[in-house]
Amino acid sequence: MKTIQVYDPPMCCSTGICGPDIDPDLVNFAAMLSQLGTHDVKVERFNLGQQPMAFVQNSAVKALLDKEGLEVLPLIFWDGEVHLKGRYPTHEERPAWFIAALAHEGVAS
Amino acid sequence: MKLPLYRPDAASSSRFLFFTGKGGVGKTSLSCATALKLVDAGKRVLLISTDPASNLDEVLGTQLTNHPTPIAGSPGLEALNINPVEAAAAYRERLIGPMRGLLPEAALRSMEEQLSGSCTVEIAAFDEFSGFIGNPEASKDYDHILFDTAPTGHTLRLMSLAKAWDQFLDNNTSGTSCLGPLAGLAKQRAVYEATVNTLADSKATTLILVSRPQGAALREAERTSRELRAIGVGNQCLVINGTFETLCPEDVTAQALQQRGAAALQASSDFIGSTPTYIIPLRPINILGIEGLRVLLSEDSSEARAQADETGWTPPRLESLEDLVADIEQQGHGVIMTMGKGGVGKTTVAAAIAVMLARRGHAVHLSTTDPAAHVAQTLHGQVPGLTLSRIDPASETAAYTAEVMGRQGAQMDEAGRALLEEDLRSPCTEEIAVFRAFAREVGQGKERFVVLDTAPTGHTLLLLDASEAYQRELERQARSTQPEEVLKLLERLRDPAFTHILLVALPEATPVHEAAALQEDLRRAHIEPFAWVINQSLLNSGSCDPLLKRREASEHRYLLEVVEKHARRTAWLPWQPEEPIGPDALASLANAHILTPIPT
Repeated sequence: MKTIQVYDPPMCCSTGICGPDIDPDLVNFAAMLSQLGTHDVKVERFNLGQQPMAFVQNSAVKALLDKEGLEVLPLIFWDGEVHLKGRYPTHEERPAWFIAALAHEGVAS
Repeated sequence: MKLPLYRPDAASSSRFLFFTGKGGVGKTSLSCATALKLVDAGKRVLLISTDPASNLDEVLGTQLTNHPTPIAGSPGLEALNINPVEAAAAYRERLIGPMRGLLPEAALRSMEEQLSGSCTVEIAAFDEFSGFIGNPEASKDYDHILFDTAPTGHTLRLMSLAKAWDQFLDNNTSGTSCLGPLAGLAKQRAVYEATVNTLADSKATTLILVSRPQGAALREAERTSRELRAIGVGNQCLVINGTFETLCPEDVTAQALQQRGAAALQASSDFIGSTPTYIIPLRPINILGIEGLRVLLSEDSSEARAQADETGWTPPRLESLEDLVADIEQQGHGVIMTMGKGGVGKTTVAAAIAVMLARRGHAVHLSTTDPAAHVAQTLHGQVPGLTLSRIDPASETAAYTAEVMGRQGAQMDEAGRALLEEDLRSPCTEEIAVFRAFAREVGQGKERFVVLDTAPTGHTLLLLDASEAYQRELERQARSTQPEEVLKLLERLRDPAFTHILLVALPEATPVHEAAALQEDLRRAHIEPFAWVINQSLLNSGSCDPLLKRREASEHRYLLEVVEKHARRTAWLPWQPEEPIGPDALASLANAHILTPIPT
């Protein structure tokens, strides 16, 4: 089973609409994650504003934060490997992402 | 209309009592006086204020904290203040404190910014508030718990949140949500559910709608009654505070006051007939301290009828509203905001200034946020150069939701839109929508005069605090899609040439002291009020009614306090038997000058 871990910057809600600004990539990505979650993909999201301990306990995340600062967030891991740093997948990247996540699921099980 | 006196009775009182009503109707005095009656009957009572601008300390004469504090001179009574702003700060510290030294400084700062928003404030306040209702352990030492709730809009939100959030949790599928600032929310869920159930349980909870014998206050009470009934709070009663029958029928002022009260009660007779209703007669003194509180619900009227003893008093220098307007108009454009405790007449003062500026040939826009703002409605199309609008939270929220869905939703797939819609249903959306509307109106002051009556004190504080947090958040974000008005808001509020803030107060202890506290808060945010306005003064009314004469004498010290201690400039407005309706009535109010007594 594939695992996707997302370490979000501090924010109020999963889509960021509570903040003064809205990032459409974030909203679409959040929606995609919730869809993947209904398939056999393990999705974990951590928000620095709400679950800071998760950032401290993951040594890779903590090291990157210490070294490169807040700009490394969001950090997205596939099966424990850093997959994307400092941004969410764009409109163009999302279809490939989605297919890859599901295909991997087929291989793994 | 013959109505029974309000006499709280320990035997028939429910465990939880909520006092609600328009600002300035006497919720604090009434909840304190009720608490004393229950204590006198041998009950153990806890009194809780959830108003961010609480004056419970002043009324009870005891310094309070956010933990139950015994009240000196009244064994069995304890009280506490839930200050939502402080509750949010404590919550922030609980989350961030353990991370110091473990996360980089920038990350901690960013967390702090995120947790400074209005959502966190609301959630933290609700969290503390529900602890005393939904958690049997916290309430087991008390026979009764009384809530002196914040002015109505805030109260409604606080109380309906229990239900709204519960539904939100049921329907939310995205895992993290806007309720996230309380990371332990799911764990607290049993407490929130118990809170909702207790509020709807008519044996456990009584809602006491406090009102004055005035049309606007009674209409507000009726609206609150309906809205809370709709969310399940069914056990309600109405208390009309300050009914008046003159002993001096030939006195014009006293007659007008009595007739206004009778007419207001008559106009609300359907509501009064359908709800158990009680009255409290007008008292001549300000209700402060334990003894003052006992007078409020006492049967003895001799205190009320004693003669005033102060004579030959010379008032300090007081200006008219017109004097202030003459200075404000020099700039040719800008923002005028009336602020103060609920019920002091912010809308009336704002409308009078707007009419006066328009009649002097300026382009003026009057914008009100007061839910009962019908003063402004009566001006529609009546004065050349004057335009009107109203910040209505429900329609602002709908418009903001539509705007976000239109702008962002278009680039999204079906699932993205569904998720966005879901997050937009959260309670935070209204705060943001109203805040943006406020910023937008302030931005209009570039070309003309914009006059705003802001929401009651507590809410205004939250609004300004939110604006400060926004400012920092926006500075951090490089690519903002926010309108220019939001980015410029705080800068504009701080510019004394652009923004004139008028603090409105009645010549009584609580409104004056709350306005003074508000002035301190504004100064901390580097905003300096332009002037104070004393509204509804009985000074020089010439009344022969002993009760009104005593009330007039009791104004003296507060007029002096404002002029000597608080205000750079002070305008004075006379007592009005009716809310001034229409441009002529408003203009003549603005022109009212205090009659200087001839020295003898």
